[in-house]
Amino acid sequence: MRDDPHARLPNFTRRAFLSTADSSAAAAAIAGCAPTSHRTAERGSPGAAADGPMIEGAVPVTLRINGKEQRLLVDPRTTLLDCVRETLALTGTKKGCDHGQCGACTVHVNGRRVNSCLSLALMHDGEEITTIEGLGTPDALHPMQAAFIARDGYQCGYCTSGQIMSAVALLKEPCGPDDADVKELMSGNICRCGAYPNIVAAIQQVRRNA
Amino acid sequence: MHTFEFIRPADAAAAVTAAAQASTAQQGADVRFVAGGTTLLDLMKLNVETPARLIDISRLPLATVEATPDGGLKIGATVRNSDLASHPTVRRDYAVLSQAILAGASAQLRNMATTAGNLLQRTRCMYFRDTAMPCNKREPGTGCPAITGSNRTLAVLGTSENCIATNPSDMNVAMAALEATVHVQGPKGSRAVPIGDFHLLPGRTPQRETVLEPGDLVTHVTLPPPITGSQQVYLKLRDRASYEFALASAAVVITLAGGTVTRARVALGGVGTKPWRSPEAETALVGQMANATNFRKAAEAAMRGARPQTENAFKIELAKRCLTHALHTVAMS
Repeated sequence: MRDDPHARLPNFTRRAFLSTADSSAAAAAIAGCAPTSHRTAERGSPGAAADGPMIEGAVPVTLRINGKEQRLLVDPRTTLLDCVRETLALTGTKKGCDHGQCGACTVHVNGRRVNSCLSLALMHDGEEITTIEGLGTPDALHPMQAAFIARDGYQCGYCTSGQIMSAVALLKEPCGPDDADVKELMSGNICRCGAYPNIVAAIQQVRRNA
Repeated sequence: MHTFEFIRPADAAAAVTAAAQASTAQQGADVRFVAGGTTLLDLMKLNVETPARLIDISRLPLATVEATPDGGLKIGATVRNSDLASHPTVRRDYAVLSQAILAGASAQLRNMATTAGNLLQRTRCMYFRDTAMPCNKREPGTGCPAITGSNRTLAVLGTSENCIATNPSDMNVAMAALEATVHVQGPKGSRAVPIGDFHLLPGRTPQRETVLEPGDLVTHVTLPPPITGSQQVYLKLRDRASYEFALASAAVVITLAGGTVTRARVALGGVGTKPWRSPEAETALVGQMANATNFRKAAEAAMRGARPQTENAFKIELAKRCLTHALHTVAMS
């Protein structure tokens, strides 16, 4: 009989554990990082911060993230990646190389996949951003998420959200039928664990069922 | 990353005005236009680029591909590389351009990168990208450690004793073979620059890579009417099968009649300090039979002026075989 480890453990996430286990150490680590953006208080008052300190030179920007309008104040340097992860706490999108070489940060902008690390949040004012959190839910997975599980398309999981965002975008792109065609169009997503054969299998499964 | 002022101008004229006060449009520019951001943000994170002002041109009406009155093609500065590569006219009449774009970067980057941004793509030389190292291109007069250092991927054509950095673009190579014209709007008006004159050889001023001056905005690129009956191919050789810069590449546009080459346009990538049009190869081909001997002669002519560095002599033979194979491919198609 399968033993469910979750039944015996308190409902901790790794992130929650890290933030409570040693709050003084966590605070010390965070103190060196000035915030680059935060949410604004309410509509029509872009200068007022609801939380966090004032950011010198901050600029208002409105993004539609996963269907929800977000009014933010950002340091102009804030990348779309940092905005999604740090400001909006949507940490499903991962920072790998931070230079457009690995694909871990892949999100959709107006339905097209991009490297969010090489884009400024400010440049997406009014645009529609989809992250892995906007794709499916644990109870209603996107078919690509389900296929990655069924085909074991990951090991450590760090690249997985980027792989899935890329794979979902690929479904709407001109792509030949063969595995080689999929590999070529997925070459912007690096998997250090080498799960590539299973990733290709997952994508091909979704394409066949489409 | 250094902080900067972010401006979104209402039109191209306002963009030009906002950039015109810059001290230079070349390395060290304090004002930069940004559209895709794939080169600029990368280099800003490395502190290789430190602009005090960024001008967002991504929402200017420069993202269209249209026919020109003479039967050519006008490609807007901010047309995304993926849109250009999949444009029906480009795929049909300028296939070498579509192939070259699709041979570069990744699907994500091609969704971001633009025509003008690709034209202005910076070298991948590791010394240029590392501010802890000397580099004549980044800091004139500090020296070129690549010449005695790691230069396997660097240039063998168009080098100088000051710089051997390779132009990394695939698109530019196809643009060179297609004889594209770059259209620039600047503080003193508009001008058209043939792509062969747009990029500069490093010489004694490797920090100057193009003819652009402060305020100059690339608005679009035009291609001449397609050559009826021409065969086109882009062949790229690299260390891995995808998502890697060229060690050598060749863009070929040739016309054959009865087995004889009647017209040839040849450009090489991955081996030159700028996109490398080869009139030597073209001259060697025209009027000759399309066969292996003559293709090899053309390749020899293309690389006659090549100067190997300590680690990249292999590129000279690789480029010859690349061009020869590309010529075979089009001649057999």
